[in-house]
Amino acid sequence: MPEPRLPPAAQRLLEAEYDNMLSCIRCGLCLSVCPTYQQSFQEPEGPRARIAMARALVEGHLDLTPDLLRHWDNCILCEACTNICPSGVQMERIGLGVRAAITESRGSTAGFGLQAGMRWLLPNLGRLRAATAAARLYQQWGLQALARGSGILKLLRLEEVESMLPPVASPPLVPDGQVWEPQGQARATVALLAGCVMSTAFGETDRATARVLAANGCRVLVPPGQGCCGALHAHRGELKAAQELARRNIAAFEGAQVDAIVVNAAGCGATMKGYAHLLEDDPSHAERARAFSARVKDFTEFLAALGPVKPPREVRMRVTYQEPCHLANAQRVREAPRQLLRAIPGLELREMAESALCCGSGALYNLTQRESSTGLRARKVRNAAATSAEVIVTANPGCFIQLSQGLREAGLDIRIVHIADLLDMAYRDGG
Amino acid sequence: MLTDSQLSQIRAIVGAENVHGGPAELIAYSYDGTFEQHPPDVAVTPASTEEVAAVMRFAYQEEIPVVTRGAGTNLSGGTIPLTGGIVLALTRMNRIIEIDHVNTCAVVEAGVVNGEFQARVESEGLFYPPDPSSLAQSTLGGNVACCAGGPRCLKYGVTKDYVLGMTVVLSSGEVLEWGGKLFKNVTGYNLAQLFIGSEGTLGVVTRIILRLLPLPRVRNTAVAFFPRLDDAAAAVVGVMGAGILPATLEIMDQATINVVEQYVRIGLPTDVEALLLLEQDGNDQDAVDREVARMVEVCRKHGASDVRMAKDAAERNELWRARRSISGALGRYRPSKLGEDIVVPRGQIPAVVRRIREIGQEFGLAIPVFGHAGDGNLHPNILFDFRVPGELERVQGAAAAIFRAAIALGGTLTGEHGVGSLKKEFLEEAVGPLAVQIMRDIKAALDPKGLLNQGKMFPSGSGPAMEDFLTALPTLQGITPG
Ligand SMILES: Cc1cc2nc3c(=O)[nH]c(=O)nc-3n(C[C@H](O)[C@H](O)[C@H](O)COP(=O)(O)OP(=O)(O)OC[C@H]3O[C@@H](n4cnc5c(N)ncnc54)[C@H](O)[C@@H]3O)c2cc1C
Ligand code: SF4
Ligand code: SF4
Repeated sequence: MPEPRLPPAAQRLLEAEYDNMLSCIRCGLCLSVCPTYQQSFQEPEGPRARIAMARALVEGHLDLTPDLLRHWDNCILCEACTNICPSGVQMERIGLGVRAAITESRGSTAGFGLQAGMRWLLPNLGRLRAATAAARLYQQWGLQALARGSGILKLLRLEEVESMLPPVASPPLVPDGQVWEPQGQARATVALLAGCVMSTAFGETDRATARVLAANGCRVLVPPGQGCCGALHAHRGELKAAQELARRNIAAFEGAQVDAIVVNAAGCGATMKGYAHLLEDDPSHAERARAFSARVKDFTEFLAALGPVKPPREVRMRVTYQEPCHLANAQRVREAPRQLLRAIPGLELREMAESALCCGSGALYNLTQRESSTGLRARKVRNAAATSAEVIVTANPGCFIQLSQGLREAGLDIRIVHIADLLDMAYRDGG
Repeated sequence: MLTDSQLSQIRAIVGAENVHGGPAELIAYSYDGTFEQHPPDVAVTPASTEEVAAVMRFAYQEEIPVVTRGAGTNLSGGTIPLTGGIVLALTRMNRIIEIDHVNTCAVVEAGVVNGEFQARVESEGLFYPPDPSSLAQSTLGGNVACCAGGPRCLKYGVTKDYVLGMTVVLSSGEVLEWGGKLFKNVTGYNLAQLFIGSEGTLGVVTRIILRLLPLPRVRNTAVAFFPRLDDAAAAVVGVMGAGILPATLEIMDQATINVVEQYVRIGLPTDVEALLLLEQDGNDQDAVDREVARMVEVCRKHGASDVRMAKDAAERNELWRARRSISGALGRYRPSKLGEDIVVPRGQIPAVVRRIREIGQEFGLAIPVFGHAGDGNLHPNILFDFRVPGELERVQGAAAAIFRAAIALGGTLTGEHGVGSLKKEFLEEAVGPLAVQIMRDIKAALDPKGLLNQGKMFPSGSGPAMEDFLTALPTLQGITPG
């Protein structure tokens, strides 16, 4: 083999995934589900090529060339390929390795605004809350046009983030040890991850999650000291920052005597289930991370397994379910949300075509790869609209924001609702 | 290497965004469904027959080698650009142009994916039988170029039985239109058949007219488990002799069942030596059920220990997902595999299966066998790890022994995957020197400069040096040892 061309630390990161890369026998099945390939029909935009590039990188046949960076940057890490691969390739592990290797040898590839966001805003919920509040304030006051035109946002590269903020105004949920007591007989105790984006922009959804769990006999705790899960950092190759955030969350949840750590954002759940992998080389945390990851459950996964009590209220609605990649592919939770929806009296669930195809949100993909992301979004909205559903139900804030924008753009009168909020309607005043 | 001026002329034809020349992009067009690898000088993704013709005219004028590529799923090394040059990938040419109910046929571009085409025609009550296990990803152009088959081809025939006409861009850039929406046509030589199975060595197929059938309304599927492999092989002969033409009759041996069960987890018993997957279709449920029952009875008589009928469409789909995922799932065993594709007269299946087992033991290699037992087409897959010293040499030995076993039993090298680069050294042994000479003459007539898919189909040398057919291949260093 030729000499590796990467710095030793980056080389090690990738070598750890070499066997994983070799499991790809190049059958091409994953092309049929990869959102970026399905947009372009160009081999370099598919999983098979991304793996081959990573492998050539480890083997020293290839350097971190601009075209490698571009095609790997486009990868949404949606894991549709992992999910369909008969040969057992784990794309996210390769992807995190490649991105970390890039960061290790080049410095971050994220644009300045994103870097500022990741380094400064996300790890600190206080700051994020302030920023979100500010953004929401001028949204409400109709100052958007002005701010957009003035170029201030462009300068900060926050323009795009801003246009994706959901218009709903709900007070944030600051995790400080809140408790929701179970209704009826206690069946379980769970800890809730409030989440960075969830707790600030979707504070009410966090509360709805807790209420639904309580209605199902769960005691719900929101441990203090928790923070961002680190998904966005890991996806952008900021491995050290992601590990730091993981350690903080492990510390925050470790003491809680709970049956599960429940998450209502698919992206965060997938990342937290991956802490075991993220920290496997950290002697002081490897074991703790494994224990932590084993307790993480998506909200729908947990509730379906617990056996939901019958929702007392009817919700007359025609809905379609938009499957978040990080739930369906990364966590392989597909039936649970559908099962919960079907149990709501009066609700009609209509499946959309290509339900497994990514909506183009994929972590920060919608901010970094606008063009392709917009194409995927339009496709998802078309498929959803074709079911003539009144409401799109999702289980991830990224998809929520992405689709809200898609619906607005298409001028469609369809609402988008987080599954926790929908269940909350069905359990309200009941129990 | 192409010059900057050559590259810019290609860009002028297809647009810069459809010319892929970065180092990582060349890696992306360097492989196919095998373990071989060699980068092209540039990859081009045209959008129309006109663009293909313009690229071909240019390549002809500049004498640049061209490899046509569909989805790159072939198992013969067929799309590896062994001598560099241009890879012409037709994946963007994926429009279904017309589905014609009056003449029950369809007109498609070559890059349309088989499975998408099937879904579309079925939604209109029509049926396109050729169903390679790679249907979710392989293109109809690639299917035509390899004459792809699949489980259903036992009853319905292979790709060549469905092609009514095509548009082909020749190496000179001239465009040949052949055939039409015609079910009979003996006006001169059947040129379409010449291009079918030609593996990109004679021309670039850009458009195809495909015959369709009415969609059978009902199916019934059963799976029979055999404690002994020989019994399963004998049951295949028994079923085919029972006056029934099943829609499919597939076999998997124990190693295959184990790997597949790990992937699909549908509760296949892993302690039997073989299973047969049987299906019948038609328009009358009772008739179909009766025939399946009859096949099940024959299996029992031949020693099946257990038989299961698919209860509903979901169970059927699971069984088929299991069948289709074999090839991919084998990758869980060892990092590399060499998938073979021999055909023998049906009556020789027990003999050839026994011989393959012996070969596996002789060379110390796992060789799971599965395939289309009904038509004698078997896929012994030699599993290996290229990093283990000496393993590749043993793989070569085993592959050569399998080829020769098939030929000795009246069979041949390949039923549906094609010759490509991996089987080319055995071509003459299989078909004889005169046949090879005729093929070379045809090739010279259609591709006088020898630019299309260089290094494929034809033996590179003469004499017994063919034993080195794997290690002699140019590959990216590090992919094969030595
Ligand atoms: C998991 C798996 C399962 C498979 N199962 C089957 C099976 O059941 N039956 C079967 O028959 N095959 C099977 N194959 C092999 C392969 O999928 C088929 O040979 C398929 O027809 C190749 O199509 P493609 O689009 O990938 O073509 P490619 O691999 O891109 O090309 C194959 C050959 O055709 C040539 N070619 C491609 N397109 C054109 C064109 N438009 N004009 C001229 N030449 C062209 C290429 O030069 C090359 O020589 C399987 C492969 C895999 C990976
Ligand atoms: S499905 Fe798996 S083995 Fe097949 S090409 Fe994709 S990653 Fe490789
Ligand atoms: S993770 Fe998603 S976007 Fe990335 S290669 Fe896999 S399927 Fe494509």
